[in-house]
Order: sequence, then C-alpha cells, then structure tokens
Amino acid sequence: MAEPQETTRPGQALVVQLWRENPVFRQVLGICSSLAVTNLVFNTALMCAGLIWTTTMSSLTVSLIRDWIPRRVRVMVQVLIIAVYVIVVDIVFRALFLETHKEIAAYVGLIITNCIVLGRLEAFAGRNPPLPSAADGLGAGLGYSLILLFVAVVREILGFGTVFKNTAWETVVLRGWEPGVYETWWRNWTIMAIPPGAFFVLAVAVWAARAVALRQEAGQAGEGAK
Amino acid sequence: MTPALAQAGPSTMPGAGLMLVLLSAALTDNILLTRFLGMCPFLSVSRQIKSAFGMGLAVLFVTTGTCVLNYWLYVYLLRPLAAYGVPAESLKLILFIIVIAAFVQLMEMLIERISITLYYSLGIFLPLITVNCAILGASLFMVNNVTSKGFGLWRVLTYGFGSGLGWFVAIMLMAGIRRRLKNARIPPALEGAGITLIITGIMAMAFVIFQGMIKI
Repeated sequence: MAEPQETTRPGQALVVQLWRENPVFRQVLGICSSLAVTNLVFNTALMCAGLIWTTTMSSLTVSLIRDWIPRRVRVMVQVLIIAVYVIVVDIVFRALFLETHKEIAAYVGLIITNCIVLGRLEAFAGRNPPLPSAADGLGAGLGYSLILLFVAVVREILGFGTVFKNTAWETVVLRGWEPGVYETWWRNWTIMAIPPGAFFVLAVAVWAARAVALRQEAGQAGEGAK
Repeated sequence: MTPALAQAGPSTMPGAGLMLVLLSAALTDNILLTRFLGMCPFLSVSRQIKSAFGMGLAVLFVTTGTCVLNYWLYVYLLRPLAAYGVPAESLKLILFIIVIAAFVQLMEMLIERISITLYYSLGIFLPLITVNCAILGASLFMVNNVTSKGFGLWRVLTYGFGSGLGWFVAIMLMAGIRRRLKNARIPPALEGAGITLIITGIMAMAFVIFQGMIKI
C-alpha cells in the first residue's frame, strides 16, 4: 500500500471503507479484539462504539501531526496515540456500564493492537489531510461494526433466543425450550453461545459478502468487454 | 474470590497446579481458538509450514518473556502506585505495550548477534509481533488471573508459556491442513479467509471439548 491514495474527498473515503475496501471481508483484519464478545449484541455494540471512536480520533490526530512524526519511530508514536484513546474508552465504559465492563475489560484494552486501527493510520492517515483521514477511520470503523453486529445478532438469537440480553432492552425473539417450564419448537443452539460459533457465522458472512462482490465485479468486467 | 476458596484450588499442590495452568492455557482456553487473539497473523502466515513455524516460535518466546516482565511491572510498580491514586488499570495498557515493543526490539538485536540463521528464519516475524493481539492479550489475561486467582511468578510463567504454546500448536495444525487444501475444490468466494475460518471453527470445537476435563 505504498502508493498515495487517490481518494481524498471525505465522503468518498468513508464509502470506500464501508464496502469496497471493507476491512473485515476484504482483508479479514482486526477481528481479534471483538470476535470473542460477539455472543451478546450489547457487548458487541459497546466494543464497536469503542473501535469507531478510536479509529476516527487516532486517524485525525495522526493526520494532524503527520509532518512532525519521525519515520523511524512512527509505529511507536501511533501505538501510543491509539493507547491514549483506548484508555478514554476504558474509563468511559467503566463509568457508564460497570457490569458489562467487567466482562469485556480485557478486550477493550486489546483495541490497541487491533490491526484495522494501525492499518488505517499506516495506509491513509499518515499521508492525507485531517478531514479525509477522519472520514476514512470512521468508514473503517463502521464497516467493521456492520459485520460484527451482524455476527452478534445471529449468534445471540440462535444461541440465547434473545436480543440485548442482560440489559434494559432485552427482547425475547425465540422462546427457548425448557423442560417442565414451557415447551416450544425452538431449542437454543449451544454452539452459537460458545467460541466456535463465531468462526462459522463470520465465515458465512464473509462468504456471502465475497460472493456478492465477485458477482458485481464479473458484471462490471462483462460490461467493460462490450 | 475468598481466601479459603483460593486455597482449595490448585495452589495446595504446586506441581499439579502448574500442569493444570499449562493445559488450560494451551488447550481449553487456547488464546487463538477460544479468545480469537492473533487472528490476523494466523490467517496470513499459516499458508506455509515453514513460516508458520517461525511465527509460532517467535510468539511462544515473546509471550513467555513479556508475561513475566509485565507481571513484575504490575506487582512491583503499578499495584503499589495505585495506593497513591495513580490509575494503574489504565496505565497498564500503555506500559504493557511499551514493554512488548522494547522486548521485541531487544530480541531482534540479540538474535541478530547470536545466530544469523535464526535471525533470518525468525527475524521478519519479530517486528510484526508488537501488534499481535495474542501477546498483549496474554499479559492482560495474566493480570486478571493475578487479581482473581492469585497467580504467583511460577504460574504466570507457565501461563505465558502455555498461551504461546497454544498459539504455536494452532498455527502449525492450520498450516498442515492448508497444505492439503491446495488440492481441494473450494467455491471461489470461500477461498482464502472463508475456508480458513470454517476450519478454525472445527478446530475450536475440538479444543473446547477438553473444557470438561480441566477446571482451574
């Protein structure tokens, strides 16, 4: 990714990150820090909010000071900038959502090493003006959240039968089967609540998104040939 | 956890306790397969057995080293400072990442001096490791274990080694499977990341099965 980017308009940078260069299914980057919490939608939403904030703000900051960062130590400087914003996220979550924070505290810290954040700083924010950089970071964060929230919704509905479990907005989508209490046709899938489920759902999501993208490209290539 | 409960655990049998910590870190709580850490290098480096071996070894080494260093940092610097109102829980994020970066840099210089062949097989993976989530993750979960289960130095050392070993085993298995996959017919949209994720899911199921056997 050494060549300078041609997309420097903020809106364009955002849209490119959302679909054409979507970090998750195009590059399969950065799923490390959040995939583990995707069995509950609320935890995932918090993690995604933290990630969007971190990518946007650190892209903006790095872009603002890009001319003063010495090249040799730039990765270290970038990591420290990211760490500062992650600490802000950590403090805010601890203040607002104490119970959830206990579950996801370690993963919030791991946003620092999320490949997407550092990847966008290296590839875009280091050599572009502040506004497009912030839009690029925002787009990457949103594109990532889109997929992760999809995975979380599928996993929580199939795994627990609910959406937003353990919060004020808890809604039962599928009434689970419990012997002696109530019987319905639905039984919760344990596999979705435990880690392997995340791999399968993500793989299917990546598969579907790639299939659509491949078809689009094939269509464009066909039109170009005419 | 109350002190009585903590003592009823593996701490009464030091040797067996260490073995349990090792097995649970490497198998049931495998840092890659159940916590999804270090996925990016796992997906990209597992194409060849040779590079998977180099990366796995580097991760094993750095995880063990940084876990112990960060343990000392946490217990002897951050925890005492917390008594004076320093926000240790937030500060540890920055300090841990600096320790990891410095350790990797030192390792790179040392290995270059000691063995040039090792440097060429390991060297290109070392800079990548600074941003490998598995390393920082192992340190952060180590802190959780120290505060909730009262891990001491030996168990921290074993935990770090076990986590690295788990990652090493996972990436080696994956590299072996992917070599066989070259001859398989896969739908074009599923090639690369998609099929790797599905195989990883099946592997994760196999590792999760052990959970009933080991409990710490």
